[in-house]
Amino acid sequence: MTIGQGPGLDELIASWRQWMARRDVLTPSDIDELESHLRDRIDGLADAGLTDDEAFLIAVKRLGSIDALSHEYAAEHSERLWKQLVLHDAPGPEGTDAAAATIPFHRRANGLPVALALGVGAGLAVKVADLLIDDPAVVARNAAVLVLPFLAAWFAWRRRPPAAAVWAVAGAFVVAAIALNAYPFVPEASTAMLAAAGSLVALWLMTGVVEARGAWRSDTARMDFLRFSGEWAVYYLLIALVGGALSALTIAVFASIQVDVVPFVEEWVLPCGAAGAVLVAAWLVGAKQRVIENIAPVLTKVFTPLFTLMMLALIVAAVLQWNLVDASRDLLIAFDLVLVVVVALLVYAISARDPALPPGWFDRLQVLMLASALVVDVIVLIAMIARTGEFGFTANKTASLLLNLILLANLAWAAWLQVGFVQRTVAFGRLERWQTGYLPIYLAWAAVIVLIFPPVFGFA
Amino acid sequence: MRIGKDLVAAAATPVVLGILAEGESYGYAILQRVTELSGGELEWSDGMLYPLLHRLERLGHVESEWRHSSAGRPRKHYRLSAQGAAALAEQRKQWSVVGGVLDKVWPDGADGERRSRLAPRLALGTE
Repeated sequence: MTIGQGPGLDELIASWRQWMARRDVLTPSDIDELESHLRDRIDGLADAGLTDDEAFLIAVKRLGSIDALSHEYAAEHSERLWKQLVLHDAPGPEGTDAAAATIPFHRRANGLPVALALGVGAGLAVKVADLLIDDPAVVARNAAVLVLPFLAAWFAWRRRPPAAAVWAVAGAFVVAAIALNAYPFVPEASTAMLAAAGSLVALWLMTGVVEARGAWRSDTARMDFLRFSGEWAVYYLLIALVGGALSALTIAVFASIQVDVVPFVEEWVLPCGAAGAVLVAAWLVGAKQRVIENIAPVLTKVFTPLFTLMMLALIVAAVLQWNLVDASRDLLIAFDLVLVVVVALLVYAISARDPALPPGWFDRLQVLMLASALVVDVIVLIAMIARTGEFGFTANKTASLLLNLILLANLAWAAWLQVGFVQRTVAFGRLERWQTGYLPIYLAWAAVIVLIFPPVFGFA
Repeated sequence: MRIGKDLVAAAATPVVLGILAEGESYGYAILQRVTELSGGELEWSDGMLYPLLHRLERLGHVESEWRHSSAGRPRKHYRLSAQGAAALAEQRKQWSVVGGVLDKVWPDGADGERRSRLAPRLALGTE
């Protein structure tokens, strides 16, 4: 029946599959499932007396419009939505060339002109503060207050959040700015450095409220911001590495003709570049997701095993020598960093994972990573608490102990959930919700460090 | 009679869970069953069922497995989990409350007897 009547059913379905595959949000497995449905429907219609191509047309029509369908899939699979810029930004997949001519200049290339302008603004803000205050320590302490408003402005321009969200975030910036500058810190106070670090964490998370369009309670919005943070960090590091290499090359080239550009690089390029790169990295996350989405999962897959090995080796070493108790007082801070890396690897793996996949070797490896991190941390905690009397509760030590306990609680429950997930008694959604639900706790920790620690520890 | 979009969307989860409570099934058969149970009055685009099934799976209400149909084609089967059965019972309670309220709020019509069974029927998604 196919001779002289156009393509056969298999060809029709093959071309339909190609058409569906253009939508990023549909995975081959989704299309397999839809194809299975399509063939069932075609069989049903063919039994009712329709020819194959008639049945095919009706079956495709009954699936629903491809736009509505991919929108539904995107709403469910937000981890894919993240990859699909088209959904929010572009007017349509077709005719983008014609549309480009009518896009206003500042909207071209995903708003690159706006991102660059804000990046220059952030660099200038740092430089102006530097020239006005003339105290590098104070400028460094205000890094978050000086730079992150520009990132918040970028999000506000991109995402159009409600005014209430913008005011709340602006309020947080004002409170942080007052605390960082009005508190009478003694010179080189450790509480000042803690407050600076805390303000970075707290204001970064508050900036996420703008990114989430004020929907900070939503789990998916939080997960999207976590994804943004991870990818932003990868881009920022890349920019910093290349920027550092280029600066070194510039210095070397000018040195060969007896021109010393080190002061210029140190006073202008470095601070302005470091501030501006925050915005450029944020723009890159939005504009070039396709590039990074292949790198980020690979990074977690590579570093999870390596990091697990490192911690297992550490456990063996600690048990053999049993000298962690005598270790230096920086040990706890070092282990906070270890736990931060573990949480980051875990969260990043969760955020990039397809929730529909059954648990596999990598999920089991994560159980091992979590378990070894817990063992190592418990050893360290016992050692440190045993010597609390000797060191006393300094600001640094209290802050890192608090962070350690917060991360330990996160990892302990995450490990429990992960074991359940591997045994298929816990749904993947609970793993996600546990991590996204934990964000306010980090915010609270950072707020305590900024607002409460300095007065409690006498601004020392 | 066309049932409104919002009501169809709200009913979709309890209906699908209810059908899976009858035994494991796959997308096309679930849609056939919906059409059969509702006399063709409760319908949505075929494709929309699948994102819903994926959501139920992510929440742990259903489990899925690829198998082969009698014709040798791959087919994804869905089955209610214990958690899904609990969710269904909970949905059923909620719909019973809604049905009960509607029963009381609407004046008695010609088919009063039928409407008194509205609540359990709604919960099964047959109305």
